[in-house]
Amino acid sequence: MVIFLIFLVFILAYALFAVYAERKVAAFMQDRYGPMEVGHYGLAQTIADILKLFIKEDIVPAKADKPLFKMAPVIIFTSVFAGFAALPIGPDIIGSGINLGVFYLMTIISLDVIGLLMAGWGSNNKYSLYGALRGVAQVLSYEVPLSLCILAVVMVSQTLDLTKIGLQQGIYLQSLAEYADWENYLFGIKALGINITEAGGFLTWNIFRMPLFMISFVIFFIASLAECNRAPFDIPEAESELVAGFHTEYSGFRFAILFLGEYALMLLVAFLGVILFLGSWNTPFPNIGPVKLAEWTSGAPGTIAGTAWGTFWLLFKVACWILIQMAARWTYPRLRIDQLLYLSWKVLTPAALIIVFIAGVWRLLMI
Amino acid sequence: MAKGANNTYFGDILEGITSLWEGLKVTFRHFIDARKKRPAIGVEDASYFNYDVGVVTTEYPKEAIPVPDNGRYRLHNEIDDCIVCDLCAKICPVNCIEIEAVKSTEEIGKTSDGTTKRLYAAKFDIDMAKCCYCGLCTTVCPTECLTMTKTYDYSEYDISNMIYHFTNLTPEEAEERKKLYEESIRLKELEREKQKAAKAAATEASTEEAKAEGEKKEVKKAPFKPVIKAPSQPSATTEESKTEASAGAVKKPVIKPVIKSKTQAAEGEDKKEEAEESKPAAKPKPVIKPVIKPRTVTNETSEPDSKSQEVTPKPKPIIKPVIKAKKEENTEEGSKEKSEDASAEQPKPKPVIKPVIKPRIPKKDSE
Repeated sequence: MVIFLIFLVFILAYALFAVYAERKVAAFMQDRYGPMEVGHYGLAQTIADILKLFIKEDIVPAKADKPLFKMAPVIIFTSVFAGFAALPIGPDIIGSGINLGVFYLMTIISLDVIGLLMAGWGSNNKYSLYGALRGVAQVLSYEVPLSLCILAVVMVSQTLDLTKIGLQQGIYLQSLAEYADWENYLFGIKALGINITEAGGFLTWNIFRMPLFMISFVIFFIASLAECNRAPFDIPEAESELVAGFHTEYSGFRFAILFLGEYALMLLVAFLGVILFLGSWNTPFPNIGPVKLAEWTSGAPGTIAGTAWGTFWLLFKVACWILIQMAARWTYPRLRIDQLLYLSWKVLTPAALIIVFIAGVWRLLMI
Repeated sequence: MAKGANNTYFGDILEGITSLWEGLKVTFRHFIDARKKRPAIGVEDASYFNYDVGVVTTEYPKEAIPVPDNGRYRLHNEIDDCIVCDLCAKICPVNCIEIEAVKSTEEIGKTSDGTTKRLYAAKFDIDMAKCCYCGLCTTVCPTECLTMTKTYDYSEYDISNMIYHFTNLTPEEAEERKKLYEESIRLKELEREKQKAAKAAATEASTEEAKAEGEKKEVKKAPFKPVIKAPSQPSATTEESKTEASAGAVKKPVIKPVIKSKTQAAEGEDKKEEAEESKPAAKPKPVIKPVIKPRTVTNETSEPDSKSQEVTPKPKPIIKPVIKAKKEENTEEGSKEKSEDASAEQPKPKPVIKPVIKPRIPKKDSE
């Protein structure tokens, strides 16, 4: 219950901040200022925008399929929000410590597309329908490399529990009875004989435990952008071709909910990516001999310091991830639908498949 | 690596990765450079070209790029220096200046450059919504009271506010002045009639002339007109003198008429006379000019439009007239053998075009 309230408030605050940050990032990359008038340096701009959305008329097209039209934003946001239940924001803070956390999140991320299709179909608008169909094709395509990347991590981690995946990537690995006899070796190769269980830091992150996860990480990032319908994969919205794609007909509060869902999904995949590849809540600084950087910048699970540091590092990494998502949006042009599917089926999926195979072999080297 | 240099599967991927990386570097460079800002300086500033990176936005209402000293924006009339000569209103290509002058019974005062003011401006309106910012009115202004200021941001919600009233008289005051002048005229008329009756027997003519001159001075810019009229136009009518407001305008027409007179005279008079005149005119033109002037006066009164234009180009440059003579002769079926010889000696078609332009301007003024 506490986690629910924390996340609800957090997502709302995050959405306000993210929209502001998005506009600022865009402006700075284009040698502009962005919003400057409302509040100091434009800080209150998003609040003003949200207030405007709240007082706008709620328009439902006369020829729309009204139940679908009205339900779509709710489904999109609730499905995304449900995903946060399985996310650990520290070694001890988690809404639902289910064993199938990764699996659950994969389904949640895919569920988003149902709401998207409902919105597009229910609007009874050709742009909306085009956007929805494109969105379905895109999300289904990118589901494959995304799942394969996650599968590779799961194979190396030997668990679907997000808390345990996080624990494996830090210096407190052996604090869990189950992992008492586990050791981390440099690049995951036991034959090298370099035990880095005590060093921790970035060296025990999954992208270093299994160096090929660097590529897997990039594939996950690209696929997650497509899952979020973010530029350069925003062809379901494609404002220059489809007006606003599946949410063309939405206005006022319903549009605000759709918008919130989109940004919440960004946050969700950022959380998932950080947990799977970037060491979850663990510090990036390793212990170097007597200089215990890792211990100084993190706390043992179960302590207040552990929770505080863990939350800080996790949110910090997530913020950086989102910043890169934004940078990608304002750097790259939108892909054509054929380029999009080419990238998914002919580049990302084969690469992810190969990494899954190698990850299975790598796991044998780690033990 | 050149674009498309390696058109294989892996070549495309490699090219994609490198170009994506380059793109990210570009936007991140701009992101970092956004700490700097281009100050609001004009191109006349020495450091103008030093700011090639950073934010280029000028937050306009808060800061503004300075306007050059010779910027042409909103008009301003310093009414205390205005002699209400109406030149600005006449030259305005879009008729955005409306002036209504009221004659004064006495000298109003002096402008700051010493010009005597004899007219009140009952109305001096400039419609800045019509203004095309050509600046012609400021160049013709004899007292330089009409200037263009640096104020460029003066949009209004009501377009009638774009009409700027520069008069320093209220409508009541203007009406009062008008009545005052009419009253003074009426009194003078009465006085004159009384004097006529009284001096009917004695020296009538001398007194009347003196009074008449006095009246003229009060009414208009007497000093200019009398001077011009006396030397150049002995037979000129009063109408002509009125139309020619300024001394400059009067001078130009004088030159042109010289030419016109020849052609017009030739056309109007016998062909024999034309031939005689044209022969001497073509060779020693400068000598002829003084002789021609009296003729021009007669031409203007008679007003021959189409023919006068054709003829006019000839006299201005000495060489040109020779050429023109040829054309005219050809059209009129060579009554002038001597002129043809002269043309054969000097075949210069280009100069013919120039003279045509010049005569047009003076005609407009006179019209």
